[in-house]
Amino acid sequence: MELKTHIISTVVEHKPGVLQRVSGLFTRRGFNIESITVGESETPGLARMTIIAKGDDKLLEQLTKQLNKLIDVIKVRDLEPTNIVQRELCLIKVHALEERARSEIIQYANIFRGRIVDVSTETLTVEITGDTDKIDAFIELMTGFGIKELARTGPTAMSRGSKTI
Amino acid sequence: MIKDGVRKGVPMNGGQAIVQALLDEGVETVFGYPGGAVLPLYDVLYDSELKHILVRHEQCAAHAADGYARASGKVGVCMATSGPGATNLVTGIATAYMDSSPIIAIAGQVATQLIGNDAFQEVDMLGITMPITKHSFRPNNPNDIPRIIKSSFKIAKTGRPGPVVIDLPKDIQEAELDEYIDKPFKLPGYKPTLKGHPLQIKRAADAIINAKKPVILAGGGVIISGASKELKRLAKTIKAPVTTTLLGKGSFPEDHPYSLGMLGMHGRKVANLTVNECDCLIAIGCRFSDRTTGNIAEFAPNAKIIHIDIDPAEIGKNVEVDIPIVGDAKKVLQDILKILEKEDINSQKREWIEKTIKFRNKCMPRLSFDKEIPLKPQQVIKEIMETINDDTIVTTDVGQNQMWMAHFYTSKKPRRFISSGGLGTMGFGFPAAMGAKMALPEEDVVAVCGDGGFLMVSQDLATLREYDIPITICIMDNRHLGMVAQWQRLFYDERMSHTYLGEVPDFVKLAEAYKIDAEKVEKPGEVKEALKRAIKSGGPTIIDIVIDPMEILPMVPPGCGLTEIVGEYKVESEPIKKGKVEGE
Repeated sequence: MELKTHIISTVVEHKPGVLQRVSGLFTRRGFNIESITVGESETPGLARMTIIAKGDDKLLEQLTKQLNKLIDVIKVRDLEPTNIVQRELCLIKVHALEERARSEIIQYANIFRGRIVDVSTETLTVEITGDTDKIDAFIELMTGFGIKELARTGPTAMSRGSKTI
Repeated sequence: MIKDGVRKGVPMNGGQAIVQALLDEGVETVFGYPGGAVLPLYDVLYDSELKHILVRHEQCAAHAADGYARASGKVGVCMATSGPGATNLVTGIATAYMDSSPIIAIAGQVATQLIGNDAFQEVDMLGITMPITKHSFRPNNPNDIPRIIKSSFKIAKTGRPGPVVIDLPKDIQEAELDEYIDKPFKLPGYKPTLKGHPLQIKRAADAIINAKKPVILAGGGVIISGASKELKRLAKTIKAPVTTTLLGKGSFPEDHPYSLGMLGMHGRKVANLTVNECDCLIAIGCRFSDRTTGNIAEFAPNAKIIHIDIDPAEIGKNVEVDIPIVGDAKKVLQDILKILEKEDINSQKREWIEKTIKFRNKCMPRLSFDKEIPLKPQQVIKEIMETINDDTIVTTDVGQNQMWMAHFYTSKKPRRFISSGGLGTMGFGFPAAMGAKMALPEEDVVAVCGDGGFLMVSQDLATLREYDIPITICIMDNRHLGMVAQWQRLFYDERMSHTYLGEVPDFVKLAEAYKIDAEKVEKPGEVKEALKRAIKSGGPTIIDIVIDPMEILPMVPPGCGLTEIVGEYKVESEPIKKGKVEGE
């Protein structure tokens, strides 16, 4: 069966141990998770968790059912990838000793609507936001300069239009 | 009531709140073992009306709570101190989790300000038990205790039941409550589906009506949901034979002509072959474990599968299902029966049930080996069945003793056959029997154990003696880890690696050390007499039954389909007497 990337949006109770319950479930059931992002939601006491997982439909069905069984998990929705807004934040510290490298990096960052958030004599740190493909493309460009440090948040997402979960 | 006292300004601490909340839930007996981190709680138990059974190992407390729950349908409660006390509960909690048994495990924890410091007897009990509990709580405010207990009971016993752990820091047990609120938490993420979807019920009914060779597979869910009556009605209405999983044993009377006995790796031949032939399998409250299905690719190859379960995650997990119905077995069966009982079941189904009954009667396994010494397990089970009554609770341990019982023992009522299925926990049978007896003191309780499993928990003979709990322990004594030895004989070139247990102990002398009556039996006829005496004695008794260590059980080798049974299948030479229910 085809391995599709799934974006699963969940609403969970915002209390200690919830992330552990969710991540522990993945290990125990053998689900391979690419990323999880968690943060507060629009409702006090509830957090929104976005999970990116690759697998066939059977795996996805088990994953959503098992998530739903957790008492702290309130809602689970597999988002339709063509109809969502998806963003990821990435910080990249790039080797930039020479003047030419510096200006090139700044230009690339501008093209990708990134920002230079820190400068040292040897490095530039770029902040870039976008969907996964855009960030992958930017990282690819930076590889030539020498990436010293990289941190990605993993994507967070929601449906387009007025629909909510 | 102390709790009213809180409102009137009478102080109440966390420990008192726990005991009060347990009493409010109708708890009469708890099983436990004290220690440093639960001292405040145990101080309350000192003069409480709550009966506390002091076990000799925490694992037995958890198994006893489990046996209590399975026999009675009520929630079983066990408690232990932090650290090693808590980790000793873990096997029992995992056992309850795998078999959907409602227990509440209260574990002490070091004081809140010490958590995370690797304090003395500190362990991350919540973390350790997350994958083996339905839910868990740790109060950080004593005012939350009554609500947590209330919510724990609700979670443990509703939906698909399961264990709940309460991790209880010592300072919270000591702290005073400002108010006693026992309204359970709102649990917006917890809404078990009880009623089956009407469309799916209609589809299932249609499939059953159109089937020519229907078979019912009943699991533990039928017993949990109390749906035995409905199951019998369904079988009668649609003329379908009934096979069960290990945990489903007793959900349908196994002396009924429609009963095929247990299905699976160690199931009855008639069950395995009939499921292989059926064109519609109605699976109720079971999870299609690998021990039940054999090779999934070859399981019920011609059947449309209807799967009724309260846990949506069980549907489609192991076996592809044609018609899934999420809901409570009793409610769903009632709804299906509403449709089916209006129908005229065609003659083809009558042909099917008659053919199946004939086949069943032809391949009833032989039980009688009344000349053989050493004793055959079949003969032992026959003598046990001849001695006890339909309400006697039997528990089993794990291994050959369990599978012999599952295969040969005729269970007639729900909650009267108790066994660790999913986790397969050696050492379960004896403490579970203790718990069952505490739950239902009026019933006789017999634990059928192997010598290996019994020795894992034999220290709790002290508990039996101290509280004078009158159960009978039948030890199927072959001085081997029989099931492992069987696999070595069949699949590992008879290389008997570490499965011989040696000649010690002498179980009669071991019992004597605990001042428990015991006898050793070796010949046909002696089990019956010894068991009669044991039950009549009204005290705890051990019967050490020396059985044939070479005896193996027919089985489906791992990875094979259900029809590929190996091992000699000894069939009862005479056809069985026809029960009066036949042809009803």
